Amino acid sequence: MLRFSKVGYRVNGCEVLRDLSFDVEKGQTLVLLGRSGSGKTTALKMVNALLTPSSGEVLVEGRATSAWDPIELRRRIGYVIQETGLFPHFTVAANVGVVPRLNGWAPERIAARVDELLTRVGLPAGEYGRRYPRELSGGQRQRVGVARALAADPPILLFDEPFGALDPVTRIEVRREYTALARDLGKTTLFVTHDVREALELGDRIGLLAFGQLQELMPAAEFTGARSAEALAFLKCLDDGPA
Amino acid sequence: MRPGLAHDILDLTSEHLVLVLTAMAIACAIGVPLGIVLTRRESWRSPVLGVANILQTIPSLALFGFLIPIPLIGGIGPRTAVVALVVYALLPILRNTMTGILGVDAAVRESATAMGMTPRQILRQVELPLAARTILAGIRIATVTTIGTATIAAAIGGGGLGVFIFRGVASVDTVQILAGAVPAALIALIADGGLGWIERKLAA
Repeated sequence: MLRFSKVGYRVNGCEVLRDLSFDVEKGQTLVLLGRSGSGKTTALKMVNALLTPSSGEVLVEGRATSAWDPIELRRRIGYVIQETGLFPHFTVAANVGVVPRLNGWAPERIAARVDELLTRVGLPAGEYGRRYPRELSGGQRQRVGVARALAADPPILLFDEPFGALDPVTRIEVRREYTALARDLGKTTLFVTHDVREALELGDRIGLLAFGQLQELMPAAEFTGARSAEALAFLKCLDDGPA
Repeated sequence: MRPGLAHDILDLTSEHLVLVLTAMAIACAIGVPLGIVLTRRESWRSPVLGVANILQTIPSLALFGFLIPIPLIGGIGPRTAVVALVVYALLPILRNTMTGILGVDAAVRESATAMGMTPRQILRQVELPLAARTILAGIRIATVTTIGTATIAAAIGGGGLGVFIFRGVASVDTVQILAGAVPAALIALIADGGLGWIERKLAA
């Protein structure tokens, strides 16, 4: 479904990613875990062609991202980022309905879909649909971001530290809701985080990145047994109390 | 009140308005698209803004004078005046369009791209609406200055309320000067208030 094949990326002579290869099977979630600057966000942005690999290729549904029409590719991929990127001048309902509208759905169908999704993320459209993003709390905005990414039912989802800016209590709440949702949806998902708990909770598999290279790639269930230095550093966070 | 003065005030006020509105329409038609282009081509920014800046610093009376001998756009009359006014109005519109669009949150632009919006859709549905307030603020500044500068158009036969002012200065006639200055100030205040009101509406 999603394959990185010997992907490298350099900016100004600086190597951000080196020889990155992995697969994400249909319906599976791979978590890319790593510190800031490890290259995980860079890798993520290659999937929806926001960035282009300097070497190697990223294959989406068997086709290299460079061979896709970027617009068509992006409409098939839901994208959620930490800052949400909600349109401040659109209501919550309009934000969720962006991609369906771009895809030319009929207004009634969009409205029904927006209703369905907002209810699903716990923000009933009757109460929240007409509000603007600035009138929501951080957790609510993030929920809208998730609903927006799901709107056109894309087969692939990308998450870049979606819960990173939330306070710890809200983060755990929203993450728990999302885990339940993800289980239902069974989307092919690439999820970037620096939080090892989040990785263990959400991932079917975990890929650990450091300095642009994969240190580990294993089922999440086995990650606590990983022995590379970077993995041990991350696992140590588990002992240090709640993140 | 002198006979015919009220009538003259009305005539020259409407001339003045035509000058200002024509110049502003042209300045917006050039400034906004050019401002958008500048957000797309970084290398054009400093040369274009530099030229606009330099034009802005030419004293208005001198600029009107410079334009007279230039064929097509120059000569005596309102056409030359409009050209000079456009030159002055351009910079604030250009600069505010550019800064307004560049000021759009990078995360918002990135998610618009990631959702599969085309550059044109991003411009029309995201960047322009979010920059509208800043762009309008530029248009507002330009309009108010243009209303004032347009009084100098009379020096090159462009008409407008400046006719009163120049006539008044030449004949040391305060009433004539006021007949030009007061309506011009009123127009400027009304334009400023009106555009400011729209600006606040956009913010809400």
